[in-house]
Amino acid sequence: MLYREAGQFKSTYAQDLGIFPIRQDRVAFWLLMLVAFVAVPLLGDQYWLSAILTPFLIFALAALGLNILTGYAGQLSLGTAAFMAVGAFMAYNFVLRMPWLGVIPSFILAGLCAAAVGVVFGLPSLRIKGFYLAVATLACQFFVLWVIQRWGWITNYSQSGVITAQEIVIFGYAFTTPAQKYLLTLAIVVVMALAAKNLMRSETGRAFMAVRDMDVAASVIGIPMMKTKLLAFAISSFYCGVAGALHAFTYLGTVEPEAYTLDLSFRILFMIIIGGVGSIMGSFLGAAFIILFPIFLNIFAGGISHALGVEISHAVVSNLELMIFGGLIIFFLIVEPHGFARLWQIAKEKLRLWPFPH
Amino acid sequence: MKRIIAAGTVALATTFAGTAAAQNEQFVPANFYWVGPYAPGGSGFGGGMIDYFQLLNERDGGINGVKLTWEKCETEYRNDRGVECYERSKNKGPTGATVIHPLSTGITYSLIEKATADKIPVISMGYGRTDAADGRVFPYIFPLITTYWSQNTAKIKFIGMKEGGMDKLKGKKIVNIYHDSAYGKETIPVLDAQAKKYGFQVTHIAVPHPGNEQQSQWLQVRQIRPDWVILRGWGVMNPTALKAAAKVGFPRTKIVGVWWSGAEEDVIPAGDAAKGYIAAGFNLPGTSFPVMQDLLKHVYKKGKGDLEDTSRVGSIYHTRGIVAGIITTEAIRTAQNRFGKGKPITGEQMRWGIENLTIDEKRLKQLGATGLMQPLKVSCMDHEGGGAVKFIQWDGKKWNVITDWIASDQSLVRPMVEASAAQYAKEKGITPRDCSKEK
Repeated sequence: MLYREAGQFKSTYAQDLGIFPIRQDRVAFWLLMLVAFVAVPLLGDQYWLSAILTPFLIFALAALGLNILTGYAGQLSLGTAAFMAVGAFMAYNFVLRMPWLGVIPSFILAGLCAAAVGVVFGLPSLRIKGFYLAVATLACQFFVLWVIQRWGWITNYSQSGVITAQEIVIFGYAFTTPAQKYLLTLAIVVVMALAAKNLMRSETGRAFMAVRDMDVAASVIGIPMMKTKLLAFAISSFYCGVAGALHAFTYLGTVEPEAYTLDLSFRILFMIIIGGVGSIMGSFLGAAFIILFPIFLNIFAGGISHALGVEISHAVVSNLELMIFGGLIIFFLIVEPHGFARLWQIAKEKLRLWPFPH
Repeated sequence: MKRIIAAGTVALATTFAGTAAAQNEQFVPANFYWVGPYAPGGSGFGGGMIDYFQLLNERDGGINGVKLTWEKCETEYRNDRGVECYERSKNKGPTGATVIHPLSTGITYSLIEKATADKIPVISMGYGRTDAADGRVFPYIFPLITTYWSQNTAKIKFIGMKEGGMDKLKGKKIVNIYHDSAYGKETIPVLDAQAKKYGFQVTHIAVPHPGNEQQSQWLQVRQIRPDWVILRGWGVMNPTALKAAAKVGFPRTKIVGVWWSGAEEDVIPAGDAAKGYIAAGFNLPGTSFPVMQDLLKHVYKKGKGDLEDTSRVGSIYHTRGIVAGIITTEAIRTAQNRFGKGKPITGEQMRWGIENLTIDEKRLKQLGATGLMQPLKVSCMDHEGGGAVKFIQWDGKKWNVITDWIASDQSLVRPMVEASAAQYAKEKGITPRDCSKEK
């Protein structure tokens, strides 16, 4: 009843091409932005801003990067964490060695470095597909970490191989409080997510999807395989690289190469599988589920044992948390194999018919 | 459904009510890990610390009447979860988190800046960032008792003793097998410096995390034929190393482990392969100490102990947690003596308390912990405070102490600590404090 486009006419091409064709969606989007940019920093306390929302945004960006590659272009990759590591460590080096550059250009350059690494490790995708490609990208995961651990220049010869991100100063304005860091992260993530959304609706994005759906057919209709696949690797790695730089600069502060192990690559892969493969929205939903749900379970279990007055052994709670989490992943994948993004879509379609379903 | 929601609301309401309760409490977060490959360390250490707090609450009614409270938070030994736990716990209790024991070198690194900004001291007892021993640059970070670098010099001293003098080290071959992480790599520069000083040869061999596959590394050891092997392992890597050493026939009596490689959990899974293995330790195992007897009497007899498996009481990790509890509470006592007895202290006051902490032999005797740990004296300049190590050997059933406290070689370590801290200060634009002006 409320959610219907009846009576909304499009009279220009620009309107027809808008990201949100329905007015209600536009309103909801701007409300969301208003909440995220104004209400959250005003109302959220330090815990929410620095321990929950900032990592959520960063991992959503990394998941988005992987989604461009895996969801849109159909190339399976297990090197996401390595691309993040390149971004994190190169951003540190750019700020350290070229302080006149500024933080944002350093992030962009770090992203470009990650993109270059992505292109190199994307080369096997020209010959191999599917699981075999995933195994080839594993090489990237191990090689990148190995280089970071062995080549002293990257960590500025730190004895333990750990880097400490510098202070973020943009045009003389220092981002130090959790709210400031959150806002910076949010701004970057919003810009990049909108860019991704538009990119996927452009010729490039359609070429990606054509390659994903059937690469032989795509090359027959004249889509250059090499350019498209390598571009997908480059863009995806760029996103992951920027996410890595944010991870070091706005979230952890001090990072060691071990933070970017294969384990993290898998977690980001799970994010897009749970959230929805081939969906921008799905990257955010998946990241929310994987990052926030264990924390919620943890807090909730504490509350339950407090309320019931029984001391549940903490080891049991910790293990139970992992079991419930794993069980829920299986449950959601059985109920909706296309992820949360598909559920969201179904909900929207139902809402448009409500209250008169036919 | 309604019932579940109601239960949930009640649960949440009581959680919030719980935090607003009694004001005469000192809150210490228990952010450790009870799952994953490192769970034995996390649950044992956490259990020991909580047990000691429980003992003070039960036996003495807290510290000068201030009861100790804590809340567990699962970090999974992961940096991001550790940061989340830190943020969650830092404002709990009437005065916020008093002090944090991250029990992970990685999490310690992640917390250095955050905790310094929030004025909450971090005690990284026997792990963490070594150069934080320079308190002028790291006012809120305390790598108490011994840092990795200090204990490493003690290890070389021990090897020198076994060889019959430090001059006998010349021409000897030592292999350093390390966990390929920030933790594992910390001692490489010190070993290199010592190799130069004493004229022995050192080879560093990395074992990738988690370390359950070490065949190629030990084949390399066999080719090198070293006189000694230093094992810098953690978790599952340790028993695997001992078994692999047995397979290639390297004598276990020539393997010296770091203290994170020297617990019951590290040797029992290796079975007979662990017999004769030597490890460093800054705390000793056992239940014969008076404080452990009190613990059994006042806490475990009443069923209030934290360890479910009571056979772990008195194990290395457990007593290490007890030592952490003693240090934490003694620092709180020190701070209370200055800022007001019987009142909860803030993180900033706790920082003063740790920095001015002195635990001498007399005090250790009063605490019933003589021999459990070494005397400690912390200062603004020296955030380490102890530095000595005892060596223990596994006989197949229990750990036996084979040396007295062996002091570390601070003439070598301290200049390296100061140089490294100065580099950090320069990178971060920190002006080191003037210790003569601290009071």
